[in-house]
Amino acid sequence: MGFLSGLVGKFKQGLQRTQDLVLAPMQRLLGMGRLDEDQLLELEDLLLQADLGVHATERLMERLRFEMRRSAEIDPKALLKDELLKILHHVPSRPFAAEGTQVVLLVGVNGVGKTTTLGKLAAHLKGRNEEVLVVAGDTFRAAAIDQLELWGQRAGVEVVRNQMGGDPAAIAYDGAARAQAKHIPWVLIDTAGRLHVKEHLMRELDKIRRSLQKVIPQAPHRVLLVLDATTGQNGLNQAEAFKEAAGVTDLVLTKLDGSAKGGVVVPILERLKLPIAFVGVGEQVDDLIPFDPEAFVEGLLG
Amino acid sequence: MFESLTDKLSKAMKSLRGEARLTEKNIEDALREVRMALLEADVHVQVARSFLQRVKEKALTQGEDGKGVSVLQGLNPAQQFIDIVYQELTEVMGGVAPEKPLDFASKPPTVVMMAGLQGAGKTTTCGKLAKFLKKNGHSPLLVPADVYRPAAIEQLHVVAKDAGVPSFRTDERDPVKICTLAVDEARAKGWDVVILDTAGRLHLDEALMEELARIKAVCEPTEIFFVADAMTGQDAVRSASAFHEKLAITGVILTKADGDTRGGAAFSVKHVTGKPIKFVGSGEKLDDFERFHPDRMAQRILGMGDVLTLIEHAKEKIDEKEAEAMAQRLAKNQFTLDDMLGQMRQVAKLGSMQKILGLLPGMGQIKDQIAQVATDKRMKHLEAILTSMTPKERRNHAILDAKRKRRIAAGSGRPVHEVNQLLKQFLEMKKMMGQMNDPRFMKRMKAMAGKMPGGMPGLPF
Repeated sequence: MGFLSGLVGKFKQGLQRTQDLVLAPMQRLLGMGRLDEDQLLELEDLLLQADLGVHATERLMERLRFEMRRSAEIDPKALLKDELLKILHHVPSRPFAAEGTQVVLLVGVNGVGKTTTLGKLAAHLKGRNEEVLVVAGDTFRAAAIDQLELWGQRAGVEVVRNQMGGDPAAIAYDGAARAQAKHIPWVLIDTAGRLHVKEHLMRELDKIRRSLQKVIPQAPHRVLLVLDATTGQNGLNQAEAFKEAAGVTDLVLTKLDGSAKGGVVVPILERLKLPIAFVGVGEQVDDLIPFDPEAFVEGLLG
Repeated sequence: MFESLTDKLSKAMKSLRGEARLTEKNIEDALREVRMALLEADVHVQVARSFLQRVKEKALTQGEDGKGVSVLQGLNPAQQFIDIVYQELTEVMGGVAPEKPLDFASKPPTVVMMAGLQGAGKTTTCGKLAKFLKKNGHSPLLVPADVYRPAAIEQLHVVAKDAGVPSFRTDERDPVKICTLAVDEARAKGWDVVILDTAGRLHLDEALMEELARIKAVCEPTEIFFVADAMTGQDAVRSASAFHEKLAITGVILTKADGDTRGGAAFSVKHVTGKPIKFVGSGEKLDDFERFHPDRMAQRILGMGDVLTLIEHAKEKIDEKEAEAMAQRLAKNQFTLDDMLGQMRQVAKLGSMQKILGLLPGMGQIKDQIAQVATDKRMKHLEAILTSMTPKERRNHAILDAKRKRRIAAGSGRPVHEVNQLLKQFLEMKKMMGQMNDPRFMKRMKAMAGKMPGGMPGLPF
């Protein structure tokens, strides 16, 4: 991918603020060869503050305690990194390679940045000279279609739309059919944000799936669950529900340029074995970059 | 997680039963469980720590002689401790809600400013608040001051239209100027509340935070609401305090609370800003907006609905006064069908029979058995029969002849023989009540009602 260059730098830039804010004590603790009980508790607090959740944090702490019993001197940072990378490396993300017409569906709860992510992704694919068709499938939120149109203009891609309140499954069908007829390699479909506990709204996602399959049996090829890095432990419920209802294939972690570290992806990946395709690190069109586990763990641990 | 919590506490119960006060040792397990619950609900680590430390001190130093809170009968120390946590959590979250949902300026228009991170739900919340105000007799004006996010302005116009309130239109592109112009227009046209929808921003973004400060300086808002996503994790503390430092917020609006998040962020935000949570957004529609209830949120955060309910029951929902009055009547052997109905309702107050049985440790197995006999459905039928009688009939069962019974049967939708059955049971009860003509009896019965539903002697359920 063309935009791979310099992306580690970008990733670090996004996470730098995070580090400046909270990671100084973490670095101090992780640099020690041995930790006393107070220091262990302090470290545990810091891990919890990264939204890793109670269970993942306990596991990491157990590993440290175990190693400390085995040897006089340990390298806490290396140990935690090793443990975290095991989880994050579990399922590598498949590259976004165009084969025929690939249908990508974006799903998630309200306000996580689906439309923005879709705009950035369209610009990225367009940037490598591949045609993109964007489908304004959020027919619920006021002005979501207009928002997507503006992103479409920015990226210079065609936007398929119908009116507000229209049937998202129908417009998705139209988009897929149009892309296939015109041999456009990428169809990106936006959907309305929905809380994962609303059954009728989750069923609507299944309907979109089925209508896509009438055009292309393998569609949607990718279902991206967009997750806000500031989300707490509820992220796990979100991921489970969307995976079940929409067949999520990848995660996208947005808003990593804030002070939140997005640690909830660790329990999510541990439980659901999903890859993280991209992370969002800013508001600019090129602020969507492939996930780099090493850089992410560096961010979590300083 | 909920179930395992009950299990754990039941286990703790075994070893602790009979201890009369809270001690450092007997609340140890509960303390750990509550901490877990708070963390899993996304309450900030340090907030949880300082809160629990305070509650613990309170639990161990209060009580009649300052040496620890006494354990209520029917509870074990762990449960007693959780009850204190729950009370304290409710208290910290706002205790009793303020009389007025928001403050108004002495001279209109009142300016309300919304601020928060991207995607928290500011624009939707503006529409919900506008509709809420309109319903309460105000005439709000919505002002789109988010010039950055594509189509944000258009979104607010649409939301305003849905809410049936006007929105401010201008070609001006500077957020500070937009807000100033809007306030002027409101003053000129007589809109009494101006709601400013600002752009979502990261609290780390100096330039945008500065912009908010300038809007505040020129528009002098009466209320500045920090709009917070209920699903936020540990970061809630950082963003809320940053916004508070820059703007001195006056309140918090919690959004997306209709999901299954435990909403610990609400507690963290309240804890670090000290500002009240005013409203909760809880759905897709503009009407899904209500005033904040600290007790409900406390229950949700603790995620111990079952344990808390059990505690509630143990604290005896049975109305003292009513019971006393009935005892007096019993003393005079004046038990009527009215009393029977009253008594049934007392039991019903304790909640669904099955639920109560399920709450009690060790009752799980016999639950199904009992449930077959004393079903909630049967209770409903009995109540239907009783309420189909006239007050006169309930006061004096002797007047119930065949004609009246047929009418009651038709009215309650139950067969006549059930009406007869009920009367028979009533007479048996009355006879027995006569024998137990003792005010202390009610007290015993109350105690039993708390522990053993269906175990009331002589009651037909």
